[in-house]
Amino acid sequence: MTLLDIENLTIKLRKHGVEATLVESLSYEVEAGETLAIVGESGSGKSLSSLAVMGLLAEDLHITSGSIRFDGVDLLELPSEEMRKRRGRDISMVFQEPMTSLNPVRTIGSQITESIEENMGLSGAEARARAVALLQEVGVSDAEQRMRQYPHHFSGGMRQRVMIAIALAAEPKLIIADEPTTALDVTIQAQILDLMARICRDHGTALILITHNLGVVARYARRVNVMYGGRIVESGLARALYYAPRHPYTQGLLRSVPRLDRPRSEPLEPIAGNPVDPFARITGCRFHPRCPHAQAVCTTTVPAFDGQVACHFPLSDETREAS
Amino acid sequence: MGSYILRRLVGSALVMLAVAALVFFMIRLVPGDPVAAMLADAGSEEAREALTRKLGLDQPLVVQFWKWFTGLLQGDLGVSIFGNNQPVSTILLEALPRTMSLAFLSFVIALVIAIPAGILSATRRNTATDATVSLFAFLGLSMPDFWLAILLIIVFAANLQWLPAIGYVPLSEGLWPWLSHLILPSIAIGTGFSAIIARMIRSSMLEVLRADYMRTAASKGLPMRVQMLRHAFPNALIPVVTVIGIAFALLISGAVVVENVFAIKGLGRVLIQGIQNRDYPVVQGAVLVVSAFFVLSNLVVDLLYAVIDPRIRYS
Repeated sequence: MTLLDIENLTIKLRKHGVEATLVESLSYEVEAGETLAIVGESGSGKSLSSLAVMGLLAEDLHITSGSIRFDGVDLLELPSEEMRKRRGRDISMVFQEPMTSLNPVRTIGSQITESIEENMGLSGAEARARAVALLQEVGVSDAEQRMRQYPHHFSGGMRQRVMIAIALAAEPKLIIADEPTTALDVTIQAQILDLMARICRDHGTALILITHNLGVVARYARRVNVMYGGRIVESGLARALYYAPRHPYTQGLLRSVPRLDRPRSEPLEPIAGNPVDPFARITGCRFHPRCPHAQAVCTTTVPAFDGQVACHFPLSDETREAS
Repeated sequence: MGSYILRRLVGSALVMLAVAALVFFMIRLVPGDPVAAMLADAGSEEAREALTRKLGLDQPLVVQFWKWFTGLLQGDLGVSIFGNNQPVSTILLEALPRTMSLAFLSFVIALVIAIPAGILSATRRNTATDATVSLFAFLGLSMPDFWLAILLIIVFAANLQWLPAIGYVPLSEGLWPWLSHLILPSIAIGTGFSAIIARMIRSSMLEVLRADYMRTAASKGLPMRVQMLRHAFPNALIPVVTVIGIAFALLISGAVVVENVFAIKGLGRVLIQGIQNRDYPVVQGAVLVVSAFFVLSNLVVDLLYAVIDPRIRYS
């Protein structure tokens, strides 16, 4: 069953009379209970599109077209009060910066219970008991005592566990995790991702995992969307994408992270050039200035997305190794 | 915590002793002396000398200082030169409740106006509400308090006759008589401060609204009111408390001028009369009390930090 259906979403930035398209004609679906990864570098629009789902875009960002259907209801058509009630209850979010995402002057307990009270209608002791249970579930020991502590008593990894507990508080149908481990220690990263995967599996919660590390994706997500310059450039099963990328950008992403299945002597290859500037007018494929395979047609015509890849010359088994 | 407060109090006492010494010498640098002020041109040279000797002003400055300072350490502030040998402590104890009442009420008025105004103008940034609050803030800042005081007397006391124009009635004679005499002077003093504090709260709130944890609060689906009051305001208050603390101490100086307009015999009037008469012991005592105000409100601010911000702990 389709839980989230984004269609033709375009997000524009309007500031001081200048306009830039940050997300263009984005379409994707998330099935109930599935984990979808969205991969891309900074400025690819991956975080923006998820903030749009939450209805939390900054004031100068505008959705100029498209629809975001959640459980059959277009969220963009909802009055703001209705949208507010869905936040936390139906969809919740885990952010990138655990160090600054919790309110420094309020106890951990109050920050979890308030979401339970607001979204589940529980109060007092019931809400507290649920908060303690949630903390235990996300692996915070001494939960009773930890409830009374403040964020500065917690390490980064522990704070992210608290954020996960908050996201989980009202049993939402969808959790969006925006680079949940980027700010954490490498050793903690796997713990947090394992935790999120286990929790979403146990609760039947759908998960959108946003990351720039294609390497971590294969282990946690079934499907992957690769975004570049505000568009999806490749989409498919994580495994297929990992071993047989078809878009040169996806291949570039894979080659820029260390892999255990490659000879150690093989150097990492960064993708040449800089991330796309949303204010620059690039005709044709937005990746062509950085693409090693670009040809004349790439500079003039935007490649159509066929459901798998948006490229005039997608990689095949032969060209993949040769490049 | 207890030992921290104790250490701070000892430090505060030292600061006040230094202030006392400074004031002792500074007031004597002011041209003129009590004898000249008392006798004016009337007294003969002999009378002048006799009075000088009687007041002990003929002794070396160091000896005078030593006498006064040792007295001070024993809690004796000396006697007024002018007020028929009335002890300075009696004069101050009489004036203090008036000034305290005035400062307290001004403070309450300032906060009652500033907190909602600051929060509103931050949450409705760049709207008509924000512009209106800003306009009144600038108006409040630009009006001198004595001018506002006179304006208030003309409108509410002279024309409308709603409130008394001058004087003070102690709280022991009833809440309304006390309050009615203090409302106008408190508004005169409090308006300017409410403007400063409202602007501070606005900019501090705007800062906080951009914080990551505010996005978290929004993602929980909390109503806007809860996001603002429970999450933004306590954080925005941290820098504002500093200003509020300084403002509270400054209210005392504001009272000096406004007390004169409303003929309230508070600390300000005592101080001004003392200076005019070169009544050295009175001026020294009054300044000591004002400096105690500053030092104590600073201590209160530091303690408040720990209440608002759990990251701050004193030991």
